[in-house]
Amino acid sequence: MIKKKNMVHPYIPNSVPEVQAKMIKEIGVKDIEELYEDIPESLRFKGVMNLPQPLSSEYALKRHVEQILSKNRTCREYINFLGGGCWQHYVPAICDEINQRSEFLTAYAGEPYEDHGRFQALFEYASMMGELLDMDVVNVPTYDWGQAASTSIRMAARITDRNEILMPNVISPDRLLIINNYCMDVLEIDLINNDTKTGKIDINDLRNKISSKTAGIYFENPSYFGIIEDQGKIISEIAHQHGALSIIGADPVSLGILVPPADYGADIVCGDIQALGIHMQYGGGHAGFIATRDEERFVAEYPSRLFGITHTEVEGEYGFGDVMYDRTSFGSREQGKEFIGTATALWGITAGVYLALLGPQGIQKLGQTIMQKSQYAMKKIAEIEGIKILFLQSAHFKEFVVDFNDTGKTVEDVNKALLEKGIFGGKDISDKFPGMGNCALFCVTEIHTKEDIDILVQALNECVN
Amino acid sequence: MKTKVRNFHQAKWDEPIIFELSTKGERGIIMPDVEHEIEEEVGDGISKIPGNMIRKQVPNLPELSQMRVLKHYLRLSQENLGADLNVDIGQGTCTMKYSPKINDRLANSPKLTELHPSQDGSTVQGILEILYKTDLFLREISGLDKFTFQPGGGSQAILAMASLIQAYHDFNEECDKKDEIITTIFSHPSDAAAPAVKGYKIITIYPNEDGLPDIEALKEAVSGHTAGLLITNPEDTGIFNPKIAEFTRIIHEAGGLCGYDQANANGILGITRSKEAGFDICFFNLHKTFSSPHGCGGPATGALGVTGELVKFMPVPLVEFDGEKYYLNYDVSHSIGKVRSYYGVTAAVLKAYSWIMSLGSEGLKEVSRAAVLNNNYLLKKVLELRGVSAPYAKGRHRIEQVRYSWEKLTEDTGVTTEDITNRMVDFGFHMWSSHHPFIVPQPMTLEPTESYSKAEIDEYIAGLKKVVEEAYENPDIVKSAPHNSVVHKIDTSSLDDPSKWAVTWRAYLKKSKK
Repeated sequence: MIKKKNMVHPYIPNSVPEVQAKMIKEIGVKDIEELYEDIPESLRFKGVMNLPQPLSSEYALKRHVEQILSKNRTCREYINFLGGGCWQHYVPAICDEINQRSEFLTAYAGEPYEDHGRFQALFEYASMMGELLDMDVVNVPTYDWGQAASTSIRMAARITDRNEILMPNVISPDRLLIINNYCMDVLEIDLINNDTKTGKIDINDLRNKISSKTAGIYFENPSYFGIIEDQGKIISEIAHQHGALSIIGADPVSLGILVPPADYGADIVCGDIQALGIHMQYGGGHAGFIATRDEERFVAEYPSRLFGITHTEVEGEYGFGDVMYDRTSFGSREQGKEFIGTATALWGITAGVYLALLGPQGIQKLGQTIMQKSQYAMKKIAEIEGIKILFLQSAHFKEFVVDFNDTGKTVEDVNKALLEKGIFGGKDISDKFPGMGNCALFCVTEIHTKEDIDILVQALNECVN
Repeated sequence: MKTKVRNFHQAKWDEPIIFELSTKGERGIIMPDVEHEIEEEVGDGISKIPGNMIRKQVPNLPELSQMRVLKHYLRLSQENLGADLNVDIGQGTCTMKYSPKINDRLANSPKLTELHPSQDGSTVQGILEILYKTDLFLREISGLDKFTFQPGGGSQAILAMASLIQAYHDFNEECDKKDEIITTIFSHPSDAAAPAVKGYKIITIYPNEDGLPDIEALKEAVSGHTAGLLITNPEDTGIFNPKIAEFTRIIHEAGGLCGYDQANANGILGITRSKEAGFDICFFNLHKTFSSPHGCGGPATGALGVTGELVKFMPVPLVEFDGEKYYLNYDVSHSIGKVRSYYGVTAAVLKAYSWIMSLGSEGLKEVSRAAVLNNNYLLKKVLELRGVSAPYAKGRHRIEQVRYSWEKLTEDTGVTTEDITNRMVDFGFHMWSSHHPFIVPQPMTLEPTESYSKAEIDEYIAGLKKVVEEAYENPDIVKSAPHNSVVHKIDTSSLDDPSKWAVTWRAYLKKSKK
């Protein structure tokens, strides 16, 4: 039998014994062990890492991983109505084609010369987002919406030099956990009630809670329940009257048909770009954007990289570079604004590809299609005896709350029955919004056909009646 | 074959900004349409929107046919030098190793990409198994007791470390008193910046003459206020701090916790661990040591591990196994909450899992041994060049990287690190200076990892040698570089000027009109 131990692994070229010997000789040591001279005996790991036997053949590895992954049941195999922070949209083939290119996939932090392409692609991403948002400054994307909202809030606090934030009590519970952790002990967050009939922000409650200590009001449009908030202008005005900023979270997919937040008073806009050509990946596909007007007091407070366009010494040639680099923690460590590091640049490039493919007409038509399909689903579900759609009098985008309280069934029961019929039902929000009882958040996008929705409606009907 | 410097020129397409390519009426894709029956039933969908919320003017996005979009981005990709194309040893601290293609393929399977994170647990057993088993692997590699993959990068993992430290002191009702974090200047900038976000005062330890963080300075810095230590080892210099266990002991005696920034652990897999050095928390960047590709700067994962005592503070949910099935556990008694949505960048975890499975225990050790061998070979060769030095620890060997200095060359020729960086580009190489501040003057940080052959390392050295020769003989060619890159010397003067900077095309159009 050939001794496996001496096999040179394809990922480690300099394991070839002759090469290794040559290098050891060149360095002037007797073996590799000698190079570890600075690590004292007491710190040496003497045991053996208890890891499985390696699958060094690529085929064996592939078989093994595919066998594990085959246990998953995907949203291609089932009809999916889950949203609530991660959304199933169509991903154009070219989005994957570009983000799988070696040049983008395996690059990191090159200079604006050899990595000109990365700078231009991310500048263009920011530029197209700027058109969608009607804002002049957009960051190189951060981790996700939760981080984008957290940073937007911290930016508002620094700009106003205040430390209280108001936000509605209807918000993604996960996002609230992220914001709370990020702002804990530094800012105070107070929640505003929603109108129980319309699901929109209770303006009176907002007026009661806002004060000269309020740094900003953060709200989302559409809300976590999918409701289109049409009081944005009033809310922003109330914020501004008190010297606070208006911070608005938005779904970029909605902005072909909905007025961008900047047009109703937003000072800072944030959100997630996962919907723009990035696969769900079990929640792995998120990236957050932050946008503002092009004023120094805003730009100076971004922790993010901001790629600016400029010129080179050759007439007509564009070059790129970091705008106001010293404000970042790369430039100034803890004196910088929050922190910056590796986040989600590849998803920024991908979202740029997506927006370039759709163009103005495409993004508008997409928004309209989602409105029509979700309205159809709401209408048909509302016709089922015992099931209600909450806040039906308000307009929705993409998502809506289905109320199962009158059916005598829990959302868990319903979803279990749906699962048996090959359907992922809405996200169970009963435990996070206990006042509402048995409710689920459903999501309908352009990928759903009429047949998908009809199958859901029939399945729901069979399940509760 | 004799090592020579390439007669290189990077792709230069002179590709316009995408808005300049727009032709009214063109389109890149047709998205799913609405069925006629739905339209009949609900109408146009838009009239339900309150009038004041209907967008009147469509966004001014560019209009391009599909092939033109593709071509534009392919050209931009060619104007970008990924690790797959160059000998990417010039981005020290970042572990630019080979990211195996098979792992990318596996992660692109619809069996992962088309999973929604709120699916019923019974339908996601495969991905939960990957998450759980990768946790088990990292426990073996670190000696710690539980990992989460939630942080979306090293810096977010550092934020999570600071949050855990805060939660721990809060639990012990010492949060008000414990308000300082100690770090070192050769640890990543985020080790200082992220805890400051949590309200901590930051104390930074500088190196002694050996290049190691000064233990006397640490003793002086420690007090009842010390909440914790966030530190790398080896630091950016590649020098291993042999007194690290003493550092953690000093912090523990003051009632603080110790967080180990192992973003880059590429030289010490299976050699030395978090546990033996006395750390309470650590994190590994899966996009560095564990081969997940860097993606131009993410998506990424800072895999965060803790000792048993700290599990109760971890972000939710944790992935657990009950003997039969894998599940998400939200029942974490004193959880900090969340730092990122859902469970992290799952594709990076799958790639790390596959990479570890391909190598096994001995393979991981061989990775580190090769990385250290390559680094010390490179060190030997670089020091043979004129004008360069490796400050600190003279005559000692280094672990996985070295921070060099071109100070002498700059004195001799006026050519700076930045100039060399720009000239290396002309030969198809990337070279990075260092994190700020430049404690080492005219710095250069190189890290050859295990991925590059001796021949490739020799090629990089030949590139450096060529630039050094030019610096002494014809410095102008270096100072005016790059000459064979995508673009020429960039005018950076507008980037700090609010009246001129432009982060978007619309801002550029407004400002360049004036």
